[in-house]
Amino acid sequence: METVLAVVVGGLYAAGIYLMLRRSLVKLLFGLALMSHAANLLIFTAAGFHGEAPPLVPEGSRALLPPYADPLPQALILTAIVISFAVLAFGLALFRRAYSEVGTDDLDQMKATDT
Amino acid sequence: MLIAVLSGFVLAAFAPWIHRLSPRASAWLLALLPLGLTGYFLGQAGAVAGGEPVRTFLPWVPSLGVNLSFSLDGLSLLFSLLITGVGALVVVYAGGYLEGNPQAGRFHAYILAFMASMLGVVLADNLLLLFVFWELTSVTSYLLIGFDHDRDKARKAALQALLVTGGGGLALLAGFLLMGDIGGSMEISGLSHRGEALRASPLYVPALLLVLLGAFTKSAQFPFHFWLPNAMEAPTPASAYLHAATMVKAGIYLLARLNPVLGDDPAWHVPVTVVGAATMLAGAWLALQQTYLKRLLAYSTVSALGALTMMLGIGTGPAITAAIVFLPAHALYKGSLFLVAGAVDHAAGERDVARLSGLARKMPVTAVAAVTAAASMAGLPPLTGFLAKENLLGAVSAAPAFRIAATVAVLLAGAAYVAIAYVVGVRPFAGAPRPTRIEPHEAPAALWIGPALLGILGLFGGILPGPFVPVLSAAVSAVLGWDYEVYLALWHGFDPMLILSAAAVAGGVGLCAARGRLLSLRARWGHLGALGPSSWYDAGMKQLTYLARTQTRLLQSGYLRTYLLTIVVATLAAAGFALLRGGGVPFAAPLSGARFYELCLAGLVLVAAGATVRSRSRLAAVASLGVVGYGIALIFILRGAPDLAMTQFIIETVTVVLFVLALHHLPPYSRISSRGSRARDAFVALLAGCLMAGFVLATTAGKRLPSISGYFAETSVPLAHGRNVVNVILVDFRGLDTLGEITVLAVAGIGAYALLKLRPGKGKTP
Amino acid sequence: MSSLILRTATRFVFPLLLLFSVFLLVRGHNEPGGGFAGGLVASAAFSLVVIAYGTDVARKSLRARPVSLIGAGLLVAAGSGLWALLRGEPFLTGQWTTIERFPGGPADLGTPLLFDIGVLLTVLGVVLNIVFSFAEEE
Repeated sequence: METVLAVVVGGLYAAGIYLMLRRSLVKLLFGLALMSHAANLLIFTAAGFHGEAPPLVPEGSRALLPPYADPLPQALILTAIVISFAVLAFGLALFRRAYSEVGTDDLDQMKATDT
Repeated sequence: MLIAVLSGFVLAAFAPWIHRLSPRASAWLLALLPLGLTGYFLGQAGAVAGGEPVRTFLPWVPSLGVNLSFSLDGLSLLFSLLITGVGALVVVYAGGYLEGNPQAGRFHAYILAFMASMLGVVLADNLLLLFVFWELTSVTSYLLIGFDHDRDKARKAALQALLVTGGGGLALLAGFLLMGDIGGSMEISGLSHRGEALRASPLYVPALLLVLLGAFTKSAQFPFHFWLPNAMEAPTPASAYLHAATMVKAGIYLLARLNPVLGDDPAWHVPVTVVGAATMLAGAWLALQQTYLKRLLAYSTVSALGALTMMLGIGTGPAITAAIVFLPAHALYKGSLFLVAGAVDHAAGERDVARLSGLARKMPVTAVAAVTAAASMAGLPPLTGFLAKENLLGAVSAAPAFRIAATVAVLLAGAAYVAIAYVVGVRPFAGAPRPTRIEPHEAPAALWIGPALLGILGLFGGILPGPFVPVLSAAVSAVLGWDYEVYLALWHGFDPMLILSAAAVAGGVGLCAARGRLLSLRARWGHLGALGPSSWYDAGMKQLTYLARTQTRLLQSGYLRTYLLTIVVATLAAAGFALLRGGGVPFAAPLSGARFYELCLAGLVLVAAGATVRSRSRLAAVASLGVVGYGIALIFILRGAPDLAMTQFIIETVTVVLFVLALHHLPPYSRISSRGSRARDAFVALLAGCLMAGFVLATTAGKRLPSISGYFAETSVPLAHGRNVVNVILVDFRGLDTLGEITVLAVAGIGAYALLKLRPGKGKTP
Repeated sequence: MSSLILRTATRFVFPLLLLFSVFLLVRGHNEPGGGFAGGLVASAAFSLVVIAYGTDVARKSLRARPVSLIGAGLLVAAGSGLWALLRGEPFLTGQWTTIERFPGGPADLGTPLLFDIGVLLTVLGVVLNIVFSFAEEE
């Protein structure tokens, strides 16, 4: 399974980077979204899979019973998901604002600092 | 003692406010603090002269060896008295000098902050603490020199002073760290009896050179002397304080302070003595060629600093005594002369000595103060300057090596001082009055009280040195590291010193007579000055801006893509190299543990990602992006992460909604990149993808450190009363991280809101 | 943009979603859920109102400004840590008490729940702030 997900991570990174290298600001944002997915999946996969049971302690027990899915990367990813959403939203707002001021989404035409 | 240092900063913060409340009395009020501090330090004099330093200690960052430790011994006491005493006079003087200037409050704030920093330098016992105050003096002096910030020259001089002393400060920090590393302590008191070990270390010479570089730049030693005369752009009270009595002596203080630690080695004696002597002669020579009062005084200060450095370099008991006696003597007469120069400028509107004459009748008090100070500078009895010169000559004539050369050098400098003293202190006041820009008038009390008091002190100290001897002895002992008794007297019989002293005065008279020829010489050869160290500085600055401009043009093209491409390629190269060197990528059992529907899911995500890239319409791209997100959420579910899946599902939905809201009714998008650049980007992107995949494989296959998740798995219920371990980590174990994360979230949210909602009116848009 | 079906459905789904959000929050410490998920569900509920009825109605039914929600959320989250500070423990150490006579058996109550409420409010405020701004851009 790790191998399969490794390929998925690679594919998402490739697609994300390709889109970020485009001249259109919107494509850059799409690329950013793909990259955050890739990063989340990377953390998830890199921790390895030991079990598929969610990290929930059964009622009456004092500790998790192995094998369980590693809770630490999950906690990391959970906040990462929400933050990457906020960053993406910020990017979109930036795009709207830039578009209404400059009238284009071509990054090459946004080079000058004073428009 | 901590309060003594910090009170200056506190008062500085309130100074502009106090000034606004009562512009007339503020200077007198503010001077109460330095005056009170002078009293405090005088009160400590008895204890310190008894040989026992007063110490306080407060841990600050103990793990880094930074402590708020202060120590008051003889040397610190001498400097503290100069700083606070002259400080009080300068604050009063500045009140008169800047009367009516709307920025006077700001000036008071700077000068008090400067005074506090300077006190910190001379009292700190911790090397890093000393460095902090050292840099604070650089910063505050930058503000003071550039006080008239709307004048180009003042700004330039301020920057120059900051760069030279700040650069030296960096060297000093490196030197301090080396010293601390060798000696195993950051406290000077701890290092002072480890001098032997330090000098034996192979890092001794680098540490010494770095520290010397710091001290030499600060104390304007050749070839770093050029910033000091330029710094005369500062208002005169600041010049008097910074460049006569205090800041430039920080370097001298440092040399004296570290003498027990670093001194007593040829690597110390030779450079310090030679640089000091060179500075002394060069300063005196350059001073003789000046005609503007303040520049003349500035070069003579450079020369005096050279003399002090030279004495510290020689390092014998008499030499240190000479330095310690010369130090307050110089501060008294030079401070006084600076203040007189300011008063003359204030009263007559002229700074060129050639245009000033016969002011004595109009400004009698100032004239008396000036002549007293000049006599002290010339080394005439019965002033302190005489005692100082006797000691200087005594020290060099008893020096362990190069006795004759050193004596001749000091004699030459002494003769030059006589001539300078005459030009500065006597000429403007003697002779027939000349018309000046403003009708001369006696300066207000605030302007003459400073020079007058300094003059009286200089006279008193010369006639009755007795009361000062204990403190001076304590200071000399602190520099030497062993007990030493200073002996001072105006008259000790007809001995060679007296003859040498008389010879210096005679030489000075001769120089005065020859000064006219000297000035014409300068007119002929003046352009050679363009080859001096000051021009090296200018050339260096030019090269620096050129370098900055070139590298900016190369790296900052303004194309985001170029930046990204640079980052990606650099990462690929560096990380790829590390990956390959670490043993390459293991490809064991590619499909082990994967189920059929998981393979389908992986395929779906990849296809959707591809569709996002290839799509020609934005909405289709948004939809494909949504598929990628949902696919990943499904992977989370299958692999035991229900919390993640739930969050991902909702976020994905909201994201799609946002994209649609933001992107609908935009013109259709067009392919703007060329085929070549698309192919290049695709190649780079694919390579990056392969690298990342390789990383995942290497991580999952490689040996792993034990996970800390076991701790969370076991303690989640007993300690945190929660059975959902993921949530427990978020809100309890790593609660502070989560707090930080929701703060980031809030910032991003408010930022987006501001971008969309806040718009300057059309007319106001720049 | 809105249809009758969407409006009617929203009227039923909206309170259910809000209820679900609170449910996720409360049980989050023991079962899947928590402040992040709860906040997102609640913001999804309000986003639905935005799509069906427009931002005016959504703002009215929210009653508070999203920016104030962000501030309140951060304050609550940070404030939940002060409790421990008062008792001389490190900032954000969980403080727990057990309520024996809780309907349905004894229940543990602690500051982490307060912290989670702060997270929920912040997430809700941020998402709605953004959604409202974009919707009003039209």
